Amino acid sequence: MKARVHVMLKDGVLDPQGEAVRHALGHLGFSGVEAVRQGKVIELDLAATDRAAAETEVRAMCEKLLANTVIEKYTIEIA
Amino acid sequence: MKAAVITFPGSNCDRDLAVAFEAAGAEVVRVWHKETALPEGLDVIGVPGGFSYGDYLRCGAIASRSPIGQAVVDFAGRGGYVIGICNGFQVLTEMGLLPGALMRNAGLKFVCKPQALRVASTDCAFTAGYAAGAEVVYPIAHHDGNFTIDAEGLAALEAEDRVAFRYIGNPNGSMNDIAGVLSANRRVLGLMPHPERAADPAQGGTDGAALFRALAGVMAQV
Repeated sequence: MKARVHVMLKDGVLDPQGEAVRHALGHLGFSGVEAVRQGKVIELDLAATDRAAAETEVRAMCEKLLANTVIEKYTIEIA
Repeated sequence: MKAAVITFPGSNCDRDLAVAFEAAGAEVVRVWHKETALPEGLDVIGVPGGFSYGDYLRCGAIASRSPIGQAVVDFAGRGGYVIGICNGFQVLTEMGLLPGALMRNAGLKFVCKPQALRVASTDCAFTAGYAAGAEVVYPIAHHDGNFTIDAEGLAALEAEDRVAFRYIGNPNGSMNDIAGVLSANRRVLGLMPHPERAADPAQGGTDGAALFRALAGVMAQV
């Protein structure tokens, strides 16, 4: 079973890297970009075969390590 | 004073920190990250600067969950003194021993220079040797020192006098110019600037030596 975790900065937390990307896009002539937020994607191969159990486990992984919930939020996709 | 200095793969200020502790009269024990227990009779733990675990995932994230990490958390939980410098500060926030997080510098550049600071609180064992409001210069060298916290947490830090150091001329976008913060019990300090790199005349400045001397003085009374 595969899981994909998306980690993003929480709304309201300034994202200096996203801002830099937005500026760079502007310099390249993409004038319509109003905001850029940069995050990360983490893919996991799991031994688990039960979807609900896998999601519970990945959620625990996010809380303990994969995301810093002081500044980041996450979503989990199980496939 | 008996001090432990933790070394993670990628730590690079561990020796400097040990030398600064020793110059203040401390007995220093170096502790490797794979150990699970700390030495007996410890007064203070130093978590050094560097790039622990290559800054993978987030700065300090992997180090904070390393085998020795739980022992550090337990030591702080028993009221032990802990100082985290630069990457060590990032590790302590990731451990949950200090509030907030250190994000990418607002200017996106690695900043490496002597930095003027204001000693914002002298109400802790680390800064008791400075005059209130004193200006000191410690080197800074970081890419992720932009201190960020929610509005409620920021208000609490200010109301409880838990900002130990502020930048004079903010180099990285930190909220309220915060360079160093204290835990609620005032025994855990995290700061981005490097007092251990300003603790000997050969380093070009000695403003940081008073921090280690003050700590040794408090420990001598315990």
